[in-house]
This record gives sequence, C-alpha cells and structure tokens, in this order.
Amino acid sequence: MPKKLVIPIGPQHPALKEPASFDVTLQGEKVENILVKLGYNHRGIEKACESKPYLHDLYLIERVCGICSHSHATCFLQAVEEIAGLNVPMRAKYIRSIIGEMERIHSHLLWLGVAAHEIGFDTLLMYTWRDREVIMDLLAILTGNRVNYAVNILGGVRKDISDEEKGQILKAMDILEERTKYYAHVATEEITIKKRLSKVGYLSPDDAVKMGAVGPTGRASKITRDIRAEEKYAAYGEVDFKVISDDNCDVYGRALVRVGELMQSYSIIRQLIKKLPDTPLKVPAPLKIPAGEAVSRYEAPRGEDVHYVRANGTDKPERVKLRAPTLANVQSVATMLQKGYLADVTIVIAAIDPCFSCTDRMIVAVNGKSEMTWKQLRQHSIDWYKKNRGVDFTKIKLGIRS
Amino acid sequence: MENNHPIVERIAAKYPELAGNIKVQSQNRLWMKIPYSDFRKFLEFAVTGLKINVFCMLTGLDDKENFSFIYHMADLNGLILNIETSVPKTNASIVTITDMYPAAELQEREITDLFGVAIEGLPEGHRYPLPDNWPEGEYPLRKDWTQDRLNKNPLKEKTEDCNA
Repeated sequence: MPKKLVIPIGPQHPALKEPASFDVTLQGEKVENILVKLGYNHRGIEKACESKPYLHDLYLIERVCGICSHSHATCFLQAVEEIAGLNVPMRAKYIRSIIGEMERIHSHLLWLGVAAHEIGFDTLLMYTWRDREVIMDLLAILTGNRVNYAVNILGGVRKDISDEEKGQILKAMDILEERTKYYAHVATEEITIKKRLSKVGYLSPDDAVKMGAVGPTGRASKITRDIRAEEKYAAYGEVDFKVISDDNCDVYGRALVRVGELMQSYSIIRQLIKKLPDTPLKVPAPLKIPAGEAVSRYEAPRGEDVHYVRANGTDKPERVKLRAPTLANVQSVATMLQKGYLADVTIVIAAIDPCFSCTDRMIVAVNGKSEMTWKQLRQHSIDWYKKNRGVDFTKIKLGIRS
Repeated sequence: MENNHPIVERIAAKYPELAGNIKVQSQNRLWMKIPYSDFRKFLEFAVTGLKINVFCMLTGLDDKENFSFIYHMADLNGLILNIETSVPKTNASIVTITDMYPAAELQEREITDLFGVAIEGLPEGHRYPLPDNWPEGEYPLRKDWTQDRLNKNPLKEKTEDCNA
C-alpha cells in the first residue's frame, strides 16, 4: 500500500499562470483528494464599486479581468441599462457583439496555446499565439487597445466601425478561419493530442450541472447551454449560430468545443458586419440611476458571467455583485481529478481555462539603451533566426497591416 | 408585466401564500421574497418540483437591521429565479445549501468572510476570499466598514508557517 502524500501546487507554480493553490492528496500516482484555495487576487472591487459613480464603476469593472474585460463591462452595463430603462441603439448592440466575439477568438486561441504547452506541444503554442496577434492587432485598430478596449459607455458605445475597418475585419476573419481549420485538423487527427487528452478530466453531465460548470467546460459535458442563445442579448438575436457541444466529457471534448466555437465566432462577426444597421451610437444616459435591481447574464469566453446591480436612486450603486465563470468552473476540478493521475493535474486545471491577465504591450528596452517597437522586435527575431539558425521567416505573411 | 407566468402558477398551486410575493420582471426574470423560516423547504420544492437545478450566484446585502441574501437560481431553459430572504443581524447565521447545490460552497464562504454571517454545515476547507492573516472581526462588505479600520486592527504580521 503506497503512502499518502500531499503535494501543494501553487500559489506560485510554473504550471499555473495565476495564483491559485491546489493541495493534491496522492495515493501513489493517483489523486485521492484535491483542496482548492483561491482569493490571492482579491482586490475588493465590489466594495469599491459602492463608493464610485456608475461611470467610474464601468472602468473599474472592465479591469476585473485582463481577457474578458469587455464581457464584464457589458454584463454590468446591461444590468444598469435595464434598471434605468435605456434603449440601447441597434448599431451599438452590434458593435458590442462584434467586440465580444473578437474577445472570444483571442481568448480561445490563447487557451489552445496554453493547453498545448501544458501537454508539451509547444509548436502549437507558438502557432496559435502568432495567429492571435492578428486579432490583437485588429482590436488595437478598432478600439486603440489590445486589452481593456473601453468600447462601452452607459447607453451605447463610444467608437464606431468605419467602412475601411470593416474590410480589415473581414480580411482578418479569412486569415483566422483558414488557420483554425488547420487547428481543427490537428486536434482531430494528431494522434498524440487525442491520446493525451482523451478520458482525462472526466466530468459527467450530471456532475456538470451539480457543480455548476458553465461555458465550454459544461458544453463539453453535453450541457448545451449558451447564454447567447438563451438570452439573445446585444445583437445575438439577429444572427444564426450553432451552440457547440460535445459528448466526450473530457479535456479532449473541451478542446473540440473551443475550436468549434472559433469557427462560429468568425461566422457571427461576418453576419454582424454585413448587417450593421445605421443608427446613432448611443442614447443620453442619466447620472442618477432610479432605484431598482437587475440580474444580467453574458456568455464570456470561459462561460456564463453573472452581474447583480441594486440601485438606490443616487449616482452610486447600493450593491454590485459579480460572479465570473471561473468561480463556477473551478469547483468541478476536484470532481474531474478524482481517480486521475498527478501528471494530469495541470492540463485538467488548464482545461477549464482559468482566467489570467495578459496586458503587456511589446515595448522592450534592449541593454537599457534603446527601445524597440513591436515591428522592430519582430524584425530582430527574424534576423536572429536567419543568422543563428538558418531559418527564413520572411516568407510568412500573416499581418493584416501591409 | 402581469403575474401570469407558468412558474408563478406552479408556485401558487403549492404555496398560495407566496403568490403575492413574486414579481415578474420579464419572461426570464422572477423575483420573490420569502421568510427565512420557509426558505429551505421552498428550495427543496424548487429543485424537485420546478427543476430549478442550477445555482448561479449568491448575493449578500447589508440591509440596516438585517442581512439579506439573494439566491440567484436558474433552470436549463434560461429562467432565473431570484429568491430573497433575510436574517436579523442579532442572529446572523444561516444554514448551508451545499447539500442541495454543491456549487454554492465558495460563494457561501464569501458571505462568511465579507459579511461575518455564520454558515452552518459547510464542509471543512480554506477560507475565501480574504487572506489567512486578515484580522478577526473585520467584515469589509458591511456598510459601516471602512478601510481605516485596518489601522486600528491591522493584518496579522506572521501567517502560520506551512512547514512547521
């Protein structure tokens, strides 16, 4: 009988991209129990929201997460707009959905890379993160920022999409669709991926409901719930899309769901761009919000995001409560890992796509002397590989900017 | 909107006295208030009778003399039933719902940490979300709590040594 051993994974651990702690009790190589500790990133945002006007809260809430920034901001605004009885113009709703789908694309591509890295397939990490730059550049062109796009304001959006930008978006969708088809091919045909991910982190449909799994984690366990289809918020009532689900109930299924959702997102963005209605961008919003309460839901890349707002008639909310999708998903990790192996712990944790920030812009000081822009840095790496490794990357053209 | 919603009718058939406490905000949003003494019995009915089997969120509220809790529960078709209940601050204790909804565990711990409400029957586990060296008796989401209270009652200097 092997001796029981408790291995702490985290709060600081190379396999975790954010601080969280998992105490794994092992019986030999098998996981017997797992104890989760979170809260290392608690910043008191809900308390801070109570002491600031709604407009300030919007920017604060956008910073809840580095990846789902638009999700949280939109979810919060939907609740406030419902209480205030604001009718957001259609064009603003379309733009919110377009940015929301772009956020999903960059988040899912990022996840695909992280998951590949966790199973030692770093070539796929390099590929997906290179392609992700296409959508990051696009977000920077449309909003001025790679993350925290701040596209929302109370009653609408602050930034329009021009005809020239429409062309850039459609071009980027073509590039990304082609690349994603290749990833779908790799994920379904590459035998090492299939064997490594299949039957790892099993979550039965019953357990998924019981443990509150949401988003791709739930959908990979046959729970065909998608808030975009259920609530038809923003402009999702105007487009056709499929809710992607899978019956593998394991990490492999979660990968397939996310790749499938990428293809749906390209289609949604194309439809929205084609039908973008010609209305004003916003309606005037009051500073003081009348007393009332509302619950708002939003399908963030990681799953259902829920916000509750109670207004008391002043310019500050009485209470703001939010539940990010990772809080719902993280509790199912213990169930997924029951009778699993220690070596599967990191990929199972990564498979729920726990949220972390990626707010870095690429401006790097070299030797403390000169600063490099993104373009110069890219050129530097191309030259370096050509000189030192004999590889020529100049033939690869992926950027949407000439 | 009028109160003619299929779920409202089913609740009224079982608990006629509650029918007046339900507000239909929209087709997918129902709000109701219920005394805490009836809360668990009603929740059991919601799971088994109404198939409201997804726990979404638990909101705690500091309501002057009371602590209020809104249990945001969903079914698999997009409906959210918001059940509000409250207990007086002089007896700030509620019973866990993790026996019916295991997903509620972390959010119940949040209520304990941020409001100082005792939750009976929670399984053993780490606190959430405040740090281990957080001073006792400080509950940040109470309305009378301000950050300067930490000057008088600062964070404990040394946390327990995990290697000891």
